[in-house]
Amino acid sequence: MRLERRAAASAAMAVLAPVIAVMLAGLGAAALFAALGRDPLACLYTLFIAPLADGNGWSELGLKATPLLLCAMGIAVGVRANVWNIGAEGQFTMGAIAGAAVALGLGDAGWFVLPLVLVAGVAGGAAWGGVAAWLRTRCNAHEILVTLMLSYVAIQILGWLVRGPMQDPEGFNFPQSPMFAASAMLAPLFEGGRVTGALVLALLTVPAGAVLLDRTVAGYRLRVVGLAPGAARYAGFSERRAVWFCLLLSGGLAGLAGVCEVAGPIGQLMPSISPGYGFAGIIVAFLGRLRPVGILFAAVLMALLYLGGESLQITQQLPLAATGVIQGMLLLFLLAADVFTLFRPRFSRSHGDG
Amino acid sequence: MLSRRTLMLAPAAGLIAVPAKAVTAALRVAFVYVSPVGDAGWTFQHELGRRALDAAMGAAVRTSFVENVEEGADAERVIRKLAADGNDLIFTTSFGYMNPTLKVAGSFPGKKFEHATGYKRSVNLATYSARFYEGRYAAGVLAGRMSKSGIFGYVAAFPIPEVLQGINAFTLGARSVNPKATTKVVWTSSWFDPGKERAAADTLIAGGADVVTHHTDSTAVAQAAEEKGVFSIAYNSDQSKYGPKTCLSAITHDWSAYYIRRVKAVLDGSWKSIDTWGGVKEGMTKLAPFNAAVPEAVRKEVAGVMAAIGAGTRKPFAGPLADQDGKIKVPAGQAMADKDIAEMKWFVDGVQGKI
Repeated sequence: MRLERRAAASAAMAVLAPVIAVMLAGLGAAALFAALGRDPLACLYTLFIAPLADGNGWSELGLKATPLLLCAMGIAVGVRANVWNIGAEGQFTMGAIAGAAVALGLGDAGWFVLPLVLVAGVAGGAAWGGVAAWLRTRCNAHEILVTLMLSYVAIQILGWLVRGPMQDPEGFNFPQSPMFAASAMLAPLFEGGRVTGALVLALLTVPAGAVLLDRTVAGYRLRVVGLAPGAARYAGFSERRAVWFCLLLSGGLAGLAGVCEVAGPIGQLMPSISPGYGFAGIIVAFLGRLRPVGILFAAVLMALLYLGGESLQITQQLPLAATGVIQGMLLLFLLAADVFTLFRPRFSRSHGDG
Repeated sequence: MLSRRTLMLAPAAGLIAVPAKAVTAALRVAFVYVSPVGDAGWTFQHELGRRALDAAMGAAVRTSFVENVEEGADAERVIRKLAADGNDLIFTTSFGYMNPTLKVAGSFPGKKFEHATGYKRSVNLATYSARFYEGRYAAGVLAGRMSKSGIFGYVAAFPIPEVLQGINAFTLGARSVNPKATTKVVWTSSWFDPGKERAAADTLIAGGADVVTHHTDSTAVAQAAEEKGVFSIAYNSDQSKYGPKTCLSAITHDWSAYYIRRVKAVLDGSWKSIDTWGGVKEGMTKLAPFNAAVPEAVRKEVAGVMAAIGAGTRKPFAGPLADQDGKIKVPAGQAMADKDIAEMKWFVDGVQGKI
């Protein structure tokens, strides 16, 4: 069997494919639930519907999707220009650290603290991305390796800070910073929920990303650099500039995600501030086919899977591994549906023409 | 304890002559774990406690757990959901759950919460931990007797007080039988990373350590020692099956009695928000059965040390105690106060390595 690119992907299939994939994954999950001796319908309800049964569920969904969306959007813009930022996790961490430094330094000084905290977060993430851009443009060190390795550096710096200079002096030597003052914190969007204005910022990146990529000269240049570097050079589009732009932008967005976590639901700096949002952002970016609207859906789907997985553990007492299997199945079916939308399988007996 | 449902149903039950017991709902108890349950380690010991609770209380309780819950923003959602779902008593078993547990406890005044290893309490939030260092001291005595080189290897996760207490107590125990003993420390910066723990153990063994121990969550150190033919003393759980010839013993945690006691307190209405810091005396810190390689005399000596610690006649952090630079931390004739133990951030003389 070999795959042949379709001349034009069917518009109907582009919409139907994800729906079919979700249904197939649902069937697979139902079979798994039945094999584990649970009621499949009740489990499917718990996985996909129950997390959204009340306002708080939607709030949690928005909270969980925000960092995924921010990280994935920056990564996607980069990949379109063939700049691979694998280290959003590190930029997320540095953004959180920079924001925390401002928050702890200024304390409860006034209304202006929060804007400064957010700006510092963006700057911290962008600076960390900038290190990779500098090494790429100056020393030709590939950004895949550099951004990935810098993630581990950032995580170690965070670990050192919360045990050293930024440790809470009243925290019995536990690794954590003091709690941030109220004026450094993002307020919840509504009483009783945890989702903050960070969700609004993240949602704004969807139209902004779409306009940047499809409606501006800058976005056109990025895409040309990514698709046809030779043509881009001939046209005088600087690859250097594309590298800097992409890593600063994706670093800044990841940094914003990081600072919004520590200045939002967490409220302090601690050794574990991310369950791997930066890395999950890569999956989200590709699941969304590197397009802003697709990424929005992908981020929401990933967030829902996290929440549903927790619910399965809590109400159905299913082991965590079962959730992992279902998440894997869903991603597999989605990607397979994607492949068959874009490519046509050809079965041929002769091996010579393949 | 009567739940509201029981109160409402009680008159009806009387009318139709159903025994009141049949409508009394079981107390629902939930546990939040920081890692997957597995078959050894910190979380596994809490899971053993939960199973013991189930076995002891039967139909009076209904327990459940959520595993591998991240300590960041996710913890609050999980704890909140457990409370909203009707659990009456919730144990959160990792330090990083402290502030989320405190927040959720504030929004559910009718529920009870217990947080392991933290220090923030409220009306309905209690804290509990164990004096792991007491077992460490006895393990140090065991290591001191079994070592030829007098060099010990210690694979440790993070330099927080709980870990430093262990390293210091182990070294003091070893020095009580071999004044020249030294402990070399390698940090892994992770609670669970079998690869790093393995590499650290190999490094320590290559550096002359002939007894290795660890304050991490995997079984890698016991396995490394078994392969290299040096002794190990395991942590968290009995790991004799990973080191059948060389794993001398293990410092183990036993939460069973505590969990049963606290659940009974909820049932009879005597539950209060208190701080529990139990040790050998309370049975929260124990030593696993000795390996066949440990001679009878040493077994007796170590068991004697455990008994003395349990009776309070021997204190691991008794003066005179000096730090690495020779500065006196505890004068002779005094024992370190609990508060100073809890905040420990220095190494005793005899430890090689930096915090």
